Amino acid sequence: MSPRAESTSTGEVHEGQPLVGRDLRTEELVFNMGPQHPATHGVLRVVIKSDGEVVRSLEPHIGNLHRSSEKIGEELPYYQWLPYVDRWDYLAAMNNEHVACMAIERLGGLEVPERAEYIRIIVAEVQRILSHLMAIGVYGLDLGAFTPFLHQFRERERGLDLLDHIAGARLLYHYVRIGGVKRDVSKEWIDELEVFLDAVEKRLPDYNTLLLHNHIFQERTCGIGVIDREVAVRWGVTGPALRAAGVSWDTRRDAPYSIYDRFEFDVPVGPSPIAGVAGDCFARHWLRVREVTESVKIVRQALGQMPEGPVMARVPKSYKPPVGEVYVRGENPRGELATYMVSEGKDRAYRIRCRGPSFSNIAVITEVSEGLLLGDLVAMIGSLDIVLGEVDR
Amino acid sequence: MHTWLDGLIESSSWLQGLPAGLLYLVAMVAAGAFLLIFSAVLAGETVWLERRGAGRMQARIGPNRVGPQGLLQFLADALKLLAKEDIIPSSADKTMFRLAPIIVFAGAFVGFAVIPFGYGIVVADMNVGLFLVLSLTSIEVVGVIMAGWASNSKWAVLGSMREVAQMVSYEMPLGISALAIVVLGGTLNLTDLVVQQSGGVWNWYVFRGPFAFIAFFTFGTAMLASLKRAPFDLPEAESELVAGYHTEYTGFRFAIFFLGEYAGMILFSLLAAILFLGGWDPGFPLPLTEGLLRWVGFLVLMGKVFILLFVMIWIRWSLPRFRIDKVMYLCYKVLLPWSIVCVVGIALQVLLADALPDGVIADWLMGR
Repeated sequence: MSPRAESTSTGEVHEGQPLVGRDLRTEELVFNMGPQHPATHGVLRVVIKSDGEVVRSLEPHIGNLHRSSEKIGEELPYYQWLPYVDRWDYLAAMNNEHVACMAIERLGGLEVPERAEYIRIIVAEVQRILSHLMAIGVYGLDLGAFTPFLHQFRERERGLDLLDHIAGARLLYHYVRIGGVKRDVSKEWIDELEVFLDAVEKRLPDYNTLLLHNHIFQERTCGIGVIDREVAVRWGVTGPALRAAGVSWDTRRDAPYSIYDRFEFDVPVGPSPIAGVAGDCFARHWLRVREVTESVKIVRQALGQMPEGPVMARVPKSYKPPVGEVYVRGENPRGELATYMVSEGKDRAYRIRCRGPSFSNIAVITEVSEGLLLGDLVAMIGSLDIVLGEVDR
Repeated sequence: MHTWLDGLIESSSWLQGLPAGLLYLVAMVAAGAFLLIFSAVLAGETVWLERRGAGRMQARIGPNRVGPQGLLQFLADALKLLAKEDIIPSSADKTMFRLAPIIVFAGAFVGFAVIPFGYGIVVADMNVGLFLVLSLTSIEVVGVIMAGWASNSKWAVLGSMREVAQMVSYEMPLGISALAIVVLGGTLNLTDLVVQQSGGVWNWYVFRGPFAFIAFFTFGTAMLASLKRAPFDLPEAESELVAGYHTEYTGFRFAIFFLGEYAGMILFSLLAAILFLGGWDPGFPLPLTEGLLRWVGFLVLMGKVFILLFVMIWIRWSLPRFRIDKVMYLCYKVLLPWSIVCVVGIALQVLLADALPDGVIADWLMGR
């Protein structure tokens, strides 16, 4: 009898008691989930060793979406490299641009005009709302509820139109530029933005009725895929997944960048008061819902404080920051995005490195997914809300 | 249909000259073909209803181009699927792969033969009608596990394993809930069951006391589960198992699976309407001639089926999916005990009615 038969011949899910007798040898089933699979959110490939429906071990295989954006940055001038940044986390292009521009500006000691800073915050938070709406809707889809997914598209479409209006593109904007933003926003645009914020606030309870307060949803997510404090910190998990685990860490509040120190907002922390435990799938979903309202708060404050003035600093045509290196981090919808940049005094960087939050967040599933059912695994991967463009870059 | 055919033969001297066996054969084949087309069109329109209903619920439109309001969309879809390449995976068990959709399809369609669509509008009015329908629908399991096994795909095998576990389990509460009605009505003949429910809304079996009322809901839930409708759509959970047991099927073979699924929905809705909601009984007296009443009854029955179908669609587009262990929990620890309680309760109810002196209450309890 093979030594591994004992670990594979169990039937009961939670107690782990062997139901199949010792004389009957069962084999592990190796599944290849992805790269083309509806629940892997892109081209993630997960090799699962399972005992029927129960996951025994798994290994995520990444690299199917690698586009060498860091290497390209060594070959192109800073301003030409910026559009590549959009393609990291393609659901949060504005946030990516914000962090990348901050790094480039800090290398050269460039000051950004006040109004441009406010516009950056506004678009970054609108982008966070849109990204979280998508995450909320897609999570429903992962659990088999199709309707919230299409409902959130209604609000998301409005937000995309807003960003389209100022940037000229729906998803990959190239709006935040070195030294400011591409174009000023108009009074009409701000009015439209307020309508959008109201619509989001009005519709959020609807999504919550369909998902957050749904009994089946709670049964599927509460206590499933628990990433506790210690595991989360050890694996470098950031963003909603870290806060859901009970760690109160938000780069916007605890290591303020740009002008985030001027706004009042809460940093929600798991566990959710509705149901579940800290660090489970439910807490992560609930946290995203809460963060949408916090982002709405920040945008409203920024709109109230925004001064008049230019939106672009005077940047030399050939921008050559002095020799040096920077490490800049910012809070993306999925966690902490950081850029490390080394300048040799030329018009292009010597080395660029990006720390994508999805990369560390997806790594943790190897540790926490043992013993989950196949359906739970889908719930687990969905609740981490990864974007493969950022995992591979 | 049998009686109608006998009457026809008697009235026509030309028909009397022909051998009776041949006549019956031709009539039965014609009836079967008519029923097949009728239920296929009905299934197609159910697909339309589902897609339009889902569109309304999801802030979009749905198919509205082919025919008025998109009513002929199913024809366009069928044509598209017919034109597609029929792929059989090279590693598949080819005979089983080809046979599986036919079995699933047949299991869902044969049941229509014993369903009365109105008083006397039935192909085969059998004394074991209900029993036959329930046993025929369980043939589907065989086709599903054949499909999963023959595909030689791990996702398909997993999907068919889930399906078999789910369907075999849920047949118990389904059958036992139906048994409760059989105890109340004292017959397995579907026409007789409906006739006993006529005379008013309160005579419908669903309103005959608390146990029948509970049985309606256990039957409905078990029905959803054995039809693989959301929230019990685990066998084909698209976010988990890609497409479950029909992952490897393309073109018209897939269409047949699809059609069989919707035909099953209609069949079970008909069954639920007949068993619990009074069948073709409108619930209040109508001043119409008997012949006209028969066809009005048909429309009434279709109306009830439509409502049940709509509820199923409504549930599907509102709820997330259960997890496999919760599905089994619900079956064995909730529905099965409750359906047994219903059977015992209704048996006691019938006994009580026997003990009571004849009167309105006793009649109502008994279902006379």
